[in-house]
Amino acid sequence: MIKNKLAVYSLKGWLYLLPAILFLGVFMVYPLIDVFVYSFEEGYNAASQTYFGVGSYNYSYVLHDPYFLQALKNTFILVVITVPLSTVIALLISVGLHSIGPFREFFRTVFFLPYVTNTLAVGLVFMILFKKSAYSDGLVNLLIMWFGGESVDFIDGPYWAKMFVLCFYTIWVVMPFKILILTGALSNVNKEYYNAAKVDGTSKFRTFMRITLPMISPMVFYLIITGFIGAFKAYSDVVALFGTDLNAAGMNTIVGYVYDMLYGDSGGYPSYASAAAILLFAIVLTITCINLLFSKKKVYD
Amino acid sequence: MEKLNQIEKTNKTRTIIVRTVTYVFLSLWGLIVLFPFYWMMLTSVKSYGAYSSEYIPRFFTLSPTMENYVDAFTAVPLGRYLINTLVFTLVTTMLMLFVITLAAFAFARLEFFGKNAAFILFLSLMMIPNELVVITNFMTVTNLDMRNTFTGLILPSVTSVFYIYLLKENFEQIPDSLYYAAKVDGTSDLKYLVKVLVPLSKPTLITITILKIIECWNSYVWPRLITDDADYFLVSNGIQEIRENGFGRENIPAMMAAVVVISIPLIALFLIFRKKVMEGVSKGGTKG
Amino acid sequence: MVTRMKVVLQNLTKKFPSRDRKNRQDVTAVNNFNFEIPDGKLIGLLGPSGCGKSTTLNLISGLIKPTEGKIFFGEEDVTGLAPEHRGIGLVFQNYALYPHLTVRQNILFPLQNLKGKDKLSKTQMLERTNEAARLVQISELMERKPKELSGGQQQRVAIARALVKMPKVLLLDEPLSNLDARLRLQTREEIKRIQKETKITTIFVTHDQEEAMSISDMIIVMKDGIVQQIGKPQEVYDNPVNLFVAKFLGTPPVNVFNGQVKNGRLYIGQEDVMDAVGCPDAEVYAGIRPEGFILDEKGSLGCKLKGVEVMGRDISIVSSHTASLNTTVRALIGTENRVDMGAGHNGGDILVRFNLVPHKVFLFDKNTEFCLSREGGSSGRLS
Repeated sequence: MIKNKLAVYSLKGWLYLLPAILFLGVFMVYPLIDVFVYSFEEGYNAASQTYFGVGSYNYSYVLHDPYFLQALKNTFILVVITVPLSTVIALLISVGLHSIGPFREFFRTVFFLPYVTNTLAVGLVFMILFKKSAYSDGLVNLLIMWFGGESVDFIDGPYWAKMFVLCFYTIWVVMPFKILILTGALSNVNKEYYNAAKVDGTSKFRTFMRITLPMISPMVFYLIITGFIGAFKAYSDVVALFGTDLNAAGMNTIVGYVYDMLYGDSGGYPSYASAAAILLFAIVLTITCINLLFSKKKVYD
Repeated sequence: MEKLNQIEKTNKTRTIIVRTVTYVFLSLWGLIVLFPFYWMMLTSVKSYGAYSSEYIPRFFTLSPTMENYVDAFTAVPLGRYLINTLVFTLVTTMLMLFVITLAAFAFARLEFFGKNAAFILFLSLMMIPNELVVITNFMTVTNLDMRNTFTGLILPSVTSVFYIYLLKENFEQIPDSLYYAAKVDGTSDLKYLVKVLVPLSKPTLITITILKIIECWNSYVWPRLITDDADYFLVSNGIQEIRENGFGRENIPAMMAAVVVISIPLIALFLIFRKKVMEGVSKGGTKG
Repeated sequence: MVTRMKVVLQNLTKKFPSRDRKNRQDVTAVNNFNFEIPDGKLIGLLGPSGCGKSTTLNLISGLIKPTEGKIFFGEEDVTGLAPEHRGIGLVFQNYALYPHLTVRQNILFPLQNLKGKDKLSKTQMLERTNEAARLVQISELMERKPKELSGGQQQRVAIARALVKMPKVLLLDEPLSNLDARLRLQTREEIKRIQKETKITTIFVTHDQEEAMSISDMIIVMKDGIVQQIGKPQEVYDNPVNLFVAKFLGTPPVNVFNGQVKNGRLYIGQEDVMDAVGCPDAEVYAGIRPEGFILDEKGSLGCKLKGVEVMGRDISIVSSHTASLNTTVRALIGTENRVDMGAGHNGGDILVRFNLVPHKVFLFDKNTEFCLSREGGSSGRLS
C-alpha cells in the first residue's frame, strides 16, 4: 500500500511537469538530437525526406562554401570589435553614472531605452541615417562633409563602412544590458572599502583600479562571456541594416548563413544548416571555455 | 597654510572639471541613444514631398502632418501586423505562465521520484542555444503543416527553462509552514498553488511577464522562418516587408511612422514598469 | 459542541535518514513513544531543542508519517490519515498566516476547503469566523493584513484559524517563542483561557520549562527522542525521575553536588549533611533545589560566600563549594530572613551554612543518573 502511495505521489509531481516536459521534449530535446543527425545525413532532400548516406560531407561543404567563410569572417570581426569596445564604453558610462547625483535616474532610463525597442525597427532608422541615396547623402555623410570629409555609402558602399555601421549599431543595441549590470555591480560594492581607501589617501584612479575593478570583475567577466555569445549569434541587427539578402551585401553572419541554408531563396538544405549551426555552437563553446579558464586566473571572487 | 589652500583649490578645480567631463560624456551617449528616436518621430511627421526636397535634412518641421500615419495603416497592413503581434504575445505569454508555474511548483514543493535528475536535466537545457534547435523545429512545424498558423508561431516558445528556474527559486522562499498550514486545513496542492503561492509570487510573475512580452514583441527569426503569408506577419517581419516592398516607392516618412507605431507599445510598457523591467532584466535577461 | 478526544500514542517511532554522508545511520527523532493524553487537557511537550518534541507534534498532526507505531484519536486509528482528515488545528511557530489575505480571509480559509457533508453555507462560515475571532478577541482587526498586526495579534489570528474548524485536537508549536517577554506572559494566560473555554485537547510544544509548568495540566519532558517523564507539572518538579529532568525544570536551576551515601547518611565533601534512609551506600549526585536551603549558622552544609542578590520577594545567596558541579551554588531564601553578612560580605573567605529541606533534595545514581527514591516509589513516573 505504501508503495502504491509513493507511485501516486510521484505521478502527481510528473503530472505538474508534464506540459513543460512535452514542450521541451518536442521543441528542444528532440531537435537537439536531430540537428546532429541532420548534419551527418548526406544529400538530404527536404521534400522527399530522403538521403543518400551518412558522413561528414555536409561539414566539408559548409567549410568550403565561400559564403560561409565570408560569414565566419564577418562574425569574427564583429565579435572582436564590439565585445571589448562595448564593455569598455559601458564601464566608463557606468562609472560616470555612479559618480553623479542629479539626473542619474534620468540617464539610467534613457540609456536603457534601446533594450525595449524593436531591433528591426530602429535598425531601419540607422539605415536611413547612414544611407546615401539619390536625393540625399544622409545625415551622417552630411556631418562628415561638414567636417571636410568625403561622403561614403555606409549601407551599400565599401566593406569597412558597412562593418562600421554594423559595429556601431550592435554596440548601441547591447549597451543597455551592460550598463544595467555594471551600475548594479558598482552600487553593490561596499562603501567601507572606499572610505578605507580615502583614509589611506588613495587616489581616485588607484581606488578604481585596485578596489572597484577587482570587486566588479565577476560581473565584467559575465558581460564578456554573454557578449561573446551574443555577438556570435548576431543576425537580426544585420538584417535590419542590410536587408534579408545578406550574402549579396557580403555582410552575412554565421546565424544568417544557417537561416539562409534553411529557408529563403538559397534555402532547403537543413543538413548544411545543421552542420553550420553545430560549427557555430562548437566555436562559441570553445571561446566560452577559453574565457572561463582565463577568468579563473584573473577574476577576483 | 598658503600651500594647503593652494592644494585645496586645485583639488576643487579638478573635481569641477571631472564633474563637467562626466556630464558631457553621459549627455553625449544620451544624445546617441535618443537621436534615432527623435529622428524617426521627426521624419514621421514630415510630408513625403517635404522630406524628399530636403537635401540637407532639417532638424525640425514647422508643418507636421499625420498623413504618414494614415498611410502606414492603409497602404500597408500595419494594423494587421499589430494585431497579430498582440495575439501572439498574449497567447504565448499566458501559455508560458501556465506551463512554468506548474513546473516550478513541482520542483519547489512536490516530492517525487526522479525530481533531482529532472531538475538537472532542465538546467542543462538552459545552455542550449536557440540556433541549434531552430532547424529541426522549422522542419517539424513545416511537416505538421503548421506554417502560417498561430499554433506554429506560438508553440515552440511557450516554455522557458530559465523562467521555471527563476520562479522555482521564488516559490522556495515562501516559508514551508504556509504549505503545512494549508495541508492541515485540507487545501489541495493545486489550490495552495493558485490561492497562496501565485498571489505571493506576483512580483516575480509580473517581471517574467514583462520580459516575455518584450521578447515576443521583438521576435523576428522564428516568425520569419515560419510565415511567408503577410496575414501572419508580426511587426518585425512587417517592418522588413515594408522596407523591402513597402509603399510602392521609397516612402521614408511613412516607414518611420510605422516604426514609431510599433515602437510605442514597448516604450510605454517600459516607462510604466521602469523599475520592474530593469530589475527583471538585471536578474536574467539578455537580448536576443 | 466540541468533540473532546483523547490522544493515544503507541510505540511511536520516527527515524530520519541521516544527512551525514559518512555516517549513513538513521537519526531517531522520536523513539518508542507511548502515552495516552487524556481528553480536554492542556499538555505541554517540553524539552531542549532537538529533543524530538516538534517531530512528535508533526506526527500527531500527520504532516509526517511515523516509521513505526500508531496514533489514535479516541478509538480511531489515524496513523494513515492525511492531516486534513484528522480534524486537528495547528498553530505554527511563525504563525504561517497567509500574508496576502486579511485576517478574516485567513480564518475563513480552512472552512472554504470543507467538502461534502461538512460543507458550510456562506453565512455559516462567516458566523464561525466571527465566533472564533470573538473567542481570541480580535473582532476589531478582521480587515487588516497580517503584517499590520503585532506579534501577539498574529498569534491570536493563528489560533482563531486553527480553532475555526472546531478541531478535535489543537496543536501549538512553540506558540510563545516569537513574542517579547511581557506579551509572552499575557499570551500564555490567554491560551490557558481559550483552552478552558473550548475544552479542546491541546498539545503545545515548548523549550521553556517555565511556560510549560505555568499553564499545562500535564507536561511531557523529552530528551533525544525519548520521553523522560510525564506528569502534572508540580509532581514532575517535586519528583524528577532523573538528573536531566531535575536540571531541566526550575529557575534558577537545581544545584548539583558530588555526594556519597554512607550508612544511610548523605555526605557532601567531608560534611554529613542529611539523612538518606533507604539508599544503599554509593557515590551519588545530589541535586538541591535553590529553595531547599535554609540559612542556619549551625547548618550542616558550608559554602564559600560569593555574594547576595536581592530580587524583590527573594534573596539569592550565591556561593561556591568544591563538590558542586556548577561554578556557583545558588540558594533562594525568602526576604523574611534578614540577611546580615557583616561588613566583609563580598570578601573571599566567609562561610555560609545551610540546613537542607529533605523533599527538595534528590539523589541520583552516578551511572544511570536515575533518581534513587528516598521514600520508596513516589517517583513521578506514570506509566
